[in-house]
Amino acid sequence: MVQDRGLGPTLAAHPFFDDMDPVALETIVGCAANAVFRPGEFIFRQGEAADNFYLVREGRIALEIYVPGRQGGIVVETVEAGEIVGWSWINPPYRWSSDARAAATARVLTLDAACLRNKMEDDRTLGYELYKRFVPVMARRLAACRLRIVELATEPEG
Amino acid sequence: MPDSPLVALAPGVSPVPGEDIHTPRPFRIVQVKREVAGVFTWKLAACDGNPCACRPGQFNMLTAFGVGEVPISVSGDCRNQGELVHTIRAVGPVTRAMENLKRGAVVGVRGPFGRSWPVDEITGYDVLFVTGTIGLAPLRPLILEVLARRQEFGKVVICYGSRGTHDILYEADLHTWRGRFDTNVHVTVHVAPSGYRGRVGSVAAAVRIARIDPLSTQAFVCRSEAMTRPAVDALAERGVTTDRIWTTLERSMKCGVGLCGHCQFGPTFMCKDGPVYRFDTIERLFGMREI
Repeated sequence: MVQDRGLGPTLAAHPFFDDMDPVALETIVGCAANAVFRPGEFIFRQGEAADNFYLVREGRIALEIYVPGRQGGIVVETVEAGEIVGWSWINPPYRWSSDARAAATARVLTLDAACLRNKMEDDRTLGYELYKRFVPVMARRLAACRLRIVELATEPEG
Repeated sequence: MPDSPLVALAPGVSPVPGEDIHTPRPFRIVQVKREVAGVFTWKLAACDGNPCACRPGQFNMLTAFGVGEVPISVSGDCRNQGELVHTIRAVGPVTRAMENLKRGAVVGVRGPFGRSWPVDEITGYDVLFVTGTIGLAPLRPLILEVLARRQEFGKVVICYGSRGTHDILYEADLHTWRGRFDTNVHVTVHVAPSGYRGRVGSVAAAVRIARIDPLSTQAFVCRSEAMTRPAVDALAERGVTTDRIWTTLERSMKCGVGLCGHCQFGPTFMCKDGPVYRFDTIERLFGMREI
């Protein structure tokens, strides 16, 4: 009989949660669930309440920005397996700044951010552990975004 | 002065012995292919029928008679000495004039010049190509040679980026290379239409996930100068040290033979000591704003 060990080992083994305080990790496990999104399926839409964030286990998620007057949005970034999708949950007003759509079948761990936000108010260790991990992700993505601006400004078309 | 001496690379093929390196040889355009917007490829054949020897990474000075001369990297298969292939981006008066030339027109060619990519020196290694937009053109001859000698190398990975899905250079070649069982190709674009299923982001992100053995990888970077350092940093994060990273620099080359000084880069001349450099030999120069 296969023993269901829950999502604890999966989260603990993920680099994002490496070396996390065990009590904080246990709290997060309690807010985690598996989810699957089919190709083309929206995970969240721009402007909606950011009450989750996602750990991509397999597949690819496209972040799209709606452009008025243009049919469909523009994909500005894709997030691959092993990466995190969503930090709007941690910044007021907690609204998504883009659409997220599965570019391929995406298997993710959904973390209940609304629940974690409340818990972080009372458990500052939990809050610190999450901020400590999200801030480098945000910094890395901001740096990458700036480099892309430089690239678009300096590398020729074609 | 850099701390380490410039690497004595295989110098590459030189112009035909006895030939005047200052006088363009007449070549006829045998084919013009429109690539992406503003970019076209010439196939050239020497009017005198002589072979056109060159090595991957080298460049020729191409002349549009009556207009001017520009340095253009070789971008075809160097094993085929019966023709020269150059991919050109129309960006200035000379290249715009070239863009209007048709099949059958005669242009001038001086060269080949410059140091070539090291191919024989990297056998046995994994090979990683990092490039974007038209940077693929100078790397293409090297990719073709490596794939022709595939069994001599470890893993072969190509990381290529373009602005969008509309300006992927040599798209057919990328599909062909991706279709090989022994080659990995990662293509990324900066922006794509809604519903696009490929990768959108920076080439550096593709470098981070490339399946290579970083300790046994030789990396070839061909990007704008502004993007070369970020590419090197992404490689360094993976453990590919700068003595195994090669890049090509092309800046203000005019004479092609190290006489005019326009392409001087610290103590080197890009046309003569480059355009191919091992990155550790120029790393300190790269950070200097004054040069």
